[in-house]
Amino acid sequence: MTMRATGRLVPPAAIAVGVFATLVLVVVGGGFDLGAALSAFWRGSVGSPYALLSATLVRATPLILVGLAVASAFRAGVLNIGAEGQLLAGATAAVAVGLAGPTWPGAILLPAELLAGIAAGAAWAGVAAFLKRSFGVLEVISTLMLNFIAVQGVSYLVRGPLQEPTHVYPQTSALAPVARLPMLIPGHRVHLGLLVALALALVLRWVSGATAAGFRVRLVGASPSAAVMGGQVKVKRVVFRVFLASGAMAGLGGATVTTGQTYALFEDVSSGLGYTAIAVALLARLDPLAVIGTGIFFGALEAGAAAMQRDAGVPSVFVAILEALVVLGVLAMGFSRRASAVASTGIE
Amino acid sequence: MIDSPPALSARGITKRFGRTVALDSATLEVRQGTFHALLGENGAGKTTLMRLAFGMIRSDAGELRVGGVLRHWRSSADAIAAGVGMVHQHFMLIPAMTVAENVALGTRGFLSAFDRRAAADRVTRLGSETGLVLDPDARVADLSVGAQQRLEIVKALARDARLLILDEPTAVLSPLEAHELYSWLRRFVDRSHTVVLITHKLREALAVADDITVLRRGKTVLSNTARDLNEHQVVGALLGGTALDEPRPVEPADTRRRNRGAVVASLSRVSAADAAGVTRLRDVTLEVRAGEILGVAGVEGAGQHQLIRVLAGRQRPVSGSVALPARVGFVPEDRLRDALITSMTLTENLALKEAGTRRGRMPWAELRSRTTAVLRNGEINALGPETAVDTLSGGNQQKFVLGRELEGAPELLVAENPVRGLDIRAAAQVLESLRLARAAGVAIVMHSADLDELLVVADRIVVCFGGRVIAVAADPQSVARALVGAL
Repeated sequence: MTMRATGRLVPPAAIAVGVFATLVLVVVGGGFDLGAALSAFWRGSVGSPYALLSATLVRATPLILVGLAVASAFRAGVLNIGAEGQLLAGATAAVAVGLAGPTWPGAILLPAELLAGIAAGAAWAGVAAFLKRSFGVLEVISTLMLNFIAVQGVSYLVRGPLQEPTHVYPQTSALAPVARLPMLIPGHRVHLGLLVALALALVLRWVSGATAAGFRVRLVGASPSAAVMGGQVKVKRVVFRVFLASGAMAGLGGATVTTGQTYALFEDVSSGLGYTAIAVALLARLDPLAVIGTGIFFGALEAGAAAMQRDAGVPSVFVAILEALVVLGVLAMGFSRRASAVASTGIE
Repeated sequence: MIDSPPALSARGITKRFGRTVALDSATLEVRQGTFHALLGENGAGKTTLMRLAFGMIRSDAGELRVGGVLRHWRSSADAIAAGVGMVHQHFMLIPAMTVAENVALGTRGFLSAFDRRAAADRVTRLGSETGLVLDPDARVADLSVGAQQRLEIVKALARDARLLILDEPTAVLSPLEAHELYSWLRRFVDRSHTVVLITHKLREALAVADDITVLRRGKTVLSNTARDLNEHQVVGALLGGTALDEPRPVEPADTRRRNRGAVVASLSRVSAADAAGVTRLRDVTLEVRAGEILGVAGVEGAGQHQLIRVLAGRQRPVSGSVALPARVGFVPEDRLRDALITSMTLTENLALKEAGTRRGRMPWAELRSRTTAVLRNGEINALGPETAVDTLSGGNQQKFVLGRELEGAPELLVAENPVRGLDIRAAAQVLESLRLARAAGVAIVMHSADLDELLVVADRIVVCFGGRVIAVAADPQSVARALVGAL
């Protein structure tokens, strides 16, 4: 399976309307008060500056970063579905550095935390990248398995070496203020990580369109055989590097979660962020700039869902179901396009 | 038996795939109780014709009779029910299942229980009746290729096949296995069953078959009893009558050789393997000179595919040394898979050529103007450099590939079947571009499955046979004889 989703067949607005309509149906079908639910959703996501700046954009920040990780990999035909594990590795490494160096100045500590997250994410992806290059192990399998290992690894660390000093709660100590990403607007939780995410999206867009390396990635994703035969591109090398870069971005996303949002590591620190990021990337048709939009869209969806659960009693699992439906919808449209393309060249 | 209707009769069969005409009013008469060989080069339509006879695809025109009865197969199941069996070139077996399970597949109902014992007994009984002995409990994955082929035949016989079609059955067999297969098929025919053998191996066909039919470019060009044919006649039919019999306008030798210059590329004792690791090219030594067109002939699997890729710098040889110039253009056989990315623009496809070595930023403006120049120089019918490749016709796509590969003055151009599938006008333009490049001093290596094309443009011809490369005189008879291993 190669992922080619660079067309513009799914208007994001149509998806948004579809998601919203489904949400309404589910709320009504579930016997909840539609007015209260929608009001909670609105107030929790974009209905106030506080909701936008302290909920939606905070949730959107790692979704954009990890969404960019997934989009970059899929663009090259690398089906990295292990962003969850890579971001956990990054989140863990950032916390470990932050806890180890609280006496360092912030100008050194913060970059060190983020770099640790980048390196850990790349290393975690590197395991699957190495297995793919050397033994042809399918990355869909290996990255998924590495997710399980990462989840159990975090579970062990927060009960063992990294547990808070009282050994009561399965989590690390909170990071010292100097080890936390600064907030952008006083009184609002949106933090520096958002600017990092926006900058990364712009850089990736530029790399993809304007540089030879980015062009090679697009070639490999579109047609490995033409890349080799027509362009003498070293496909395995490109795939390996993209894989590492994807892991690095996911690790950075994880680092922003622990240093900008939760300030500690605990078991459910990701809450499926690495999987939601797949939806973010697919809905954006793997376009880096569009990932900003879809990341904020899913951030709002999750912030609104949390508010619905809190204020109207609507279980937030409904939103998880909606996210899955979005992925299925995007995939079905992508595949129907490819199926018709195959059918039109029906020679043996 | 003489009065019985033909076991298989196909008349006026036409089949198109998109714009490609695979069969053009082809005819085939297979007498009951005979061994019939269906010959043709790659793409001649022989497999397509047999798939029609087996109900896998439907014809656009023509009629098909089996045992004298007019048939319109809805699927292969109809053909099987009427006693037709087919052994495909690529086996249709399930490797993880046993021999007995593979034989039982598709022979019983959807919900009826699978009786392991009965299925095994059946395989054993068929083995003793036919001499095709197989261990019913062996896993298919553990069988040799020859045994898998026996299993394919047993599968057909288990469904009471009386007409057996085999597609290139000996391509995967050792000479001994091939001999055993042919002996068995002969005995099968002696029991008044019928065999149709699809092959491009001329000598085997003449040795084993009663009757021979030759397809060329979708048309039946020869049909006769093997006894009344000689190798020369069949080669003529296979490769095109004009190649052998008619005088042709040929450029005078002196103008052809005029620009022949220094050695541009050379191979020394080069061996190369295919994707499966089988050595296809053995110990080949070859030189290509500036300003010449070296034609490479060869039937499928003779090593020309590897020779072309080694010369294009796209494949590393197993052994031997290769000296290639810095700038090599390559026009691969399958342009849509290996040369173009159809969803991208022409400019991006031009940039593809240098993608492997380029560093830093993409000079899109420069690439765009170079693309415009390629379109103009090649007289390519496209709206502009930002058009997607899939909006171009096949001929224009190929002209673009050739223009791209000739751009930037390459020292060597390697082209593989460069005019396959093109209409006459586009084919002539492509061949003319090759001549112009030769006049400009480019060294050109061109493989074509069509001998006529090679003879029209090549200064010098080498023939691949069994992995060796034989230099031959550029005249039809010499080439044709070398192609079938008669030199």
